[in-house]
Amino acid sequence: MNKTVNQKAWFLILPVLVLVAFSAVIPLMTVVNYSVQDTFGNNQFFWAGLEWFKELMSSERMWDALGRQIAFSAIILFIQIPLGVFVALNMPKKGFWASVCLILMSLPLLIPWNVVGTIWQIFGRVDIGLLGYTLDAMGVDYNYTQNFYAAWITVVVMDVWHWTSLVALLAYAGLQSIPDAYYQAAKIDQASRWKVFRFIELPKIMGVLMIAILLRFMDSFMIYTEPFVVTGGGPGNSTTFLSIDLVKMALGQFDLGPAAAFSIMYYLVILLISYVFYTVMTNLDKRDGH
Amino acid sequence: MAKITLDNLAHSYLPNPTREDDYALKELNHDWADGEAYALLGSSGCGKSTLLNIISGLLHPSQGRILFNDRDVTMEPTTQRNIAQVFQFPVVYDTMTVRDNLAFPLRNRGADPAYIKDRVQQIAQMIGMEEMLNRKARGLTADAKQKISLGRGMVREDVNALLFDEPLTVIDPHMKWELRTQLKSLHHEFGHTMIYVTHDQTEALTFADKVVVMYDGRVVQIGTPQQLFETPEHTFVGYFIGSPGMNVLDAQVTGDQAVVAGTQISLGKGFGTPKGKVEIGVRPEFTALAAGDVGLPVTIKRVEDVGRHKIVRADFHGTEINVIAAEGEGISPDMNRIVFDTAGVNVYSDSWRVAPMGA
Repeated sequence: MNKTVNQKAWFLILPVLVLVAFSAVIPLMTVVNYSVQDTFGNNQFFWAGLEWFKELMSSERMWDALGRQIAFSAIILFIQIPLGVFVALNMPKKGFWASVCLILMSLPLLIPWNVVGTIWQIFGRVDIGLLGYTLDAMGVDYNYTQNFYAAWITVVVMDVWHWTSLVALLAYAGLQSIPDAYYQAAKIDQASRWKVFRFIELPKIMGVLMIAILLRFMDSFMIYTEPFVVTGGGPGNSTTFLSIDLVKMALGQFDLGPAAAFSIMYYLVILLISYVFYTVMTNLDKRDGH
Repeated sequence: MAKITLDNLAHSYLPNPTREDDYALKELNHDWADGEAYALLGSSGCGKSTLLNIISGLLHPSQGRILFNDRDVTMEPTTQRNIAQVFQFPVVYDTMTVRDNLAFPLRNRGADPAYIKDRVQQIAQMIGMEEMLNRKARGLTADAKQKISLGRGMVREDVNALLFDEPLTVIDPHMKWELRTQLKSLHHEFGHTMIYVTHDQTEALTFADKVVVMYDGRVVQIGTPQQLFETPEHTFVGYFIGSPGMNVLDAQVTGDQAVVAGTQISLGKGFGTPKGKVEIGVRPEFTALAAGDVGLPVTIKRVEDVGRHKIVRADFHGTEINVIAAEGEGISPDMNRIVFDTAGVNVYSDSWRVAPMGA
């Protein structure tokens, strides 16, 4: 059968092309353009070639920020995923208290990022914050503006407070979909609580858990507002994550060229890790098929 | 293996049952004899699964006691009752191999590894999955998964009872027959007490020594397939068992005579004067077409030839009467009467069977 050739069909995809061009292609190309040029203001640009990329690869500042970023994402994943699953396992399955739990769990997710930052910024203050004041009164040396560990702990705990709910809710949804017969069969088979988790619950929530890990990884890798509000990246550079550093570079110092090169690197890292996740997830699905 | 006694048992899913209708399972006293194979037969929602879950301890009854060999287990959890149960839909542990699935109940009870190995092999052979033992259970077809569930149910030899909750629903007809035969031979071999829930009469009648028929939360008859066929204790048993079911007609009964819509017929036995709503029930097998002026006047609606015999659907004053006629029997247009074989006529008062006098 001959295919109908109708070149006018191209017009039908025009709206999408325009939309994608303005939302993604043009901004990205602008960044690419910046990354190979230098400017001294006045909208005057000079060709710089791959200079910024070379500089970036040997920039201690960038490698430090990347290291901190990876450490931060790893720490919060290691805390939030098991904790979220644990919370989901202990939530009531139905009735009044299940609804109460669901509402309480979703509250932190509804709070805007900068408000979360402000809440913890005040909460942790030694002079007026409940947490800071209490710790200080107990004799703990806690000051997130000066102490490296205090700053990290505050930022990590804040993120755990803000986002564990998401993991818990996803895991809870996964657990709710397990038919009762599985639990009944496990009782008949005299399976221990651990075995019920290991052989029934965990395999059944693996799919949603992978999505939770992916979402939490991407979000934590892009984290900006909360640590910016609480610590401003300090003390020193100790909580300066990639995005904070990038904003400092691009808008604080107006180094458009290096910042653009930085952005592209940042983008590629996220793309790479997401690709790895995607491959692992699809392979899990394939294993299902055999 | 154990005798299971249900003493005064009833269950309601409501917290404060008051009326009889609130009970999903109405008051019941029954002994399940040690080593017998029972089928629990009834339509959906009649309380079969409720009863099964009470026996296995997944549900605690609202009233009454359950005894295993005269030991009260009413409040004991499932794990202590040592029961095996197979569910309607396959339950397998996806991430385990078929072998680990079968070994799981034994390992959880700390059985000897050498024994587990032998026993798993034996069960795998029984369910025909020896070649698949090392495969992961995920991704198997539904009937393969259900065979694993069956195998896991049968793997323990010392269970008090084996409970099956419509286990063959997802299995294809050919395999159904084979597995049922295997279950039966397993029963002969090990003599487990088996309770098999089903809504399929063929399955019930071929599997069980005794069939327990339930209707609306109540056990209406317990008996051998033959008893269920010849003397249904309740009109429901008559309708439900048999294909087609029993013909039930409103009647006035006095002694050994019945009047059905103005026509008098003889019952062959005396029934006194039953009270309440009186009906007579006759299976199509005991009903024959006749010509002449004896019997109930009917109009033949249609004849269905099912191969082994013919089913005649006739109309009697708006009530359908089914007749089973032999394959070779001629059906002529002047056959406008129906006669009953008195051996197969039962009398019912308010749906329950009235025993004939002197029987």
